[in-house]
Amino acid sequence: MTAPSGFTPDTAAPPAGQGGAAPRTATAPAPDPAEQRRRDRRSRRYRWDVRWSPYAFVAPFFVFFAAFGLFPLLYTGWASLHQVELTDPTHMEWAGWHNFSRLWEDEFFWKALRNTFTIGVISTVPQLMMALGIAHLLNYRLRASMFFRVAILTPYATSVAAATLVFALLFGHDYGMVNWSLGLVGLDGIDWQNGTWTSQIAVSTIVIWRWTGYNALIYLAAMQAVPNDLYESAALDGASRWKQFLHVTVPSLRPTILFTVVVSTIGATQLFGEPLLFNTAGTATGGADHQYQTLGLYMYEQGWVNLHLGRASAIAWTMFLILLLIAAANALFARRLRKSQ
Amino acid sequence: MRRNTGSHRSTAVVLAAVAALGAGLLSGCADDGDDGSAGSSGGGDSNGKTVVTVGTYGVMGFKQAGLYDEYTKLHPDIKIKESVIDPASNYYPQLLTHLGSGSGLADIQAVEVGNINEVTTTQADKFVDLSKADGVKKENFLGWKWSQATAKDGKTIGLGTDVGPMAICYRKDLFQQAGLPADRDAVSELWAGDWRKYLEAGKDYAKKAPGGAAFLDSAGGLFNAAVSGSSEVYYDKSGKPIYKDSPAVKEAWKLATDASAAKLSAGLQEFTKPWQQALANGKFATASCPAWMLGQIKEYAGDKYKGKWDVAAAPKPANWGGSFLSVPQVAKNKDEAVKLATWLTAPEQQAKLFEKQASFPSAQAAYDLPQVADAKLPYFNNAPIGKIFSQAAKASPTQVLGPKDAVIKQNFTDVGLLQVEQQGKSADEGWKAAIKTNDNALDQ
Repeated sequence: MTAPSGFTPDTAAPPAGQGGAAPRTATAPAPDPAEQRRRDRRSRRYRWDVRWSPYAFVAPFFVFFAAFGLFPLLYTGWASLHQVELTDPTHMEWAGWHNFSRLWEDEFFWKALRNTFTIGVISTVPQLMMALGIAHLLNYRLRASMFFRVAILTPYATSVAAATLVFALLFGHDYGMVNWSLGLVGLDGIDWQNGTWTSQIAVSTIVIWRWTGYNALIYLAAMQAVPNDLYESAALDGASRWKQFLHVTVPSLRPTILFTVVVSTIGATQLFGEPLLFNTAGTATGGADHQYQTLGLYMYEQGWVNLHLGRASAIAWTMFLILLLIAAANALFARRLRKSQ
Repeated sequence: MRRNTGSHRSTAVVLAAVAALGAGLLSGCADDGDDGSAGSSGGGDSNGKTVVTVGTYGVMGFKQAGLYDEYTKLHPDIKIKESVIDPASNYYPQLLTHLGSGSGLADIQAVEVGNINEVTTTQADKFVDLSKADGVKKENFLGWKWSQATAKDGKTIGLGTDVGPMAICYRKDLFQQAGLPADRDAVSELWAGDWRKYLEAGKDYAKKAPGGAAFLDSAGGLFNAAVSGSSEVYYDKSGKPIYKDSPAVKEAWKLATDASAAKLSAGLQEFTKPWQQALANGKFATASCPAWMLGQIKEYAGDKYKGKWDVAAAPKPANWGGSFLSVPQVAKNKDEAVKLATWLTAPEQQAKLFEKQASFPSAQAAYDLPQVADAKLPYFNNAPIGKIFSQAAKASPTQVLGPKDAVIKQNFTDVGLLQVEQQGKSADEGWKAAIKTNDNALDQ
């Protein structure tokens, strides 16, 4: 961007209409001093306007970010170093790193971390693989392809609450549709709420159902940018459809896959609504044995059920640091990937 | 021309909206406590009426029973606006944050019994002392209910609305088929005085168990019912948490896990969807019934079981649940709010609430009023619920409450007993899990 303040007749290209000569203001009759001041003021105002207006235009974002993004972040950090209760939030007692160090020996925290990880893996991995497959199918010439593209995106448009409440009913023990279908093929009903793996699979199913279509569309967009020549030459070399997918499509999609992995990982780390509502009693324990309590849910339980704001803040910051670690690992991985290409 | 003025007006409206939004954002954290001094002029609407706001969780029934309409007819200059946040677990944290910032509060705020101690001990200075309000008579209320919302310095910050005196709801038809007495007096006699006798009756029932229906719905419900009959439960009189060694808790735990081990319980978690479905399908024969439970059974069991349910006295008098009305110091219409809260909790109004909504009055003066004394419920085989619940309410002990009652209770039933009933853990493992979760919840 060229700063308008640097725009002076010396550096500017000479106006063509005047035979290459800069306008000779010096020879013009001297305007009266009042007029001159007025002009000066006007041009000064113009310069300020050009210079500062853009900042004014972008300011709302930064003001809102400071109020609703930065301030809560810093305040949470400050609160995490104190013992503070929701019953009296203005009264803070300095606790140093106590809230963080206690997490080391907090078995509920470790359990929540483990659950977050396992639910994250069993929801993200199948989800992305299915999305890739669906995108590949949609990439073929299809009749009513627009219909299918919209259809796979509808789960994403559904609210978490509505979807989860329906799924909690489907996975009901005595009157749920899943167990009913299992019964049709002669299998025993599964207690989806109470088992560790079964409950985590049930929660993951909701996540997979909601997000597969969204990722599929991202993959589809990336696939359509893959040059057709690659497929043609692969076909000439005798590669089957499956080989083409493996050796042309997937390598071309690498950056996109990386992107979806990062976004899904962040989403999985913050998983909250699904496990909260999957519990039909609506409590934040994540099951009787905390078997599907995620970090987000544990933070909520500490802050809004047990009313310990300081501890909840420490959990929030720990989650934030975990996300930073994931982002760093990912950046490293991405750089390796670029170098290897 | 008309178009022009129209667009000017709409510009003005937009600007006003933007300004209001901005002001709202800026004042979000500001203390608007001085609005209180403005008195009734602060909340006037366009007709010059004073708008009194009431904040509640779930359905408290004032509106449904027509009490708001009646009050505004008596006081034409008043308008009442109720805002409901459901469920209570979402309502309470919001109430606390609003109290902390001194803004966003309704003129009257409801408080649940599980939270009343925490509010009374930590937030009393933020509420109006209602014992000094005109027309409030301490002797109208049950003694223990009154003391629950009274701080150490004698300030009463909440007026009792309903209470949850305990009875046992049972399926008359199933009892008959199992060869047990079915008449409500005989059933009450069957287990009078001891919860153990209730289990014995359950064992007799289980020998025949008509239609595969379990004796009771859940160990958690039995635990809550049994524990609610003691005066010291989770905290002792000095305010120390005693949930680990409390005899009341241990006894109720033993009772509940024994019932589960003897397979008397259907193993449900109360108030969940499966529990509602079990009611609709007649999967259990009895349930611990605080007054407010009648409405739940009636709703979920449905017409199919009308007249088949009946109400007997509980083995021991107990109280489970109930609410209070309080007025924050920063309420915009403090004086009008106090008047309304006083009126709503007066015996006559509590009796009307019972008649329409089955919320049992906390005003003992209401028990002799015909709406209560002669109350019968057709759904429950015309059981004289007024008499049954009045007796239970009068005989209930004064419970010592603590700040974390709601959380502790929930961890015992939804973590401990649920592990035993639904995950096949031993009573001992369930106990340890409940204690560990409670230790973690109370540890600051």
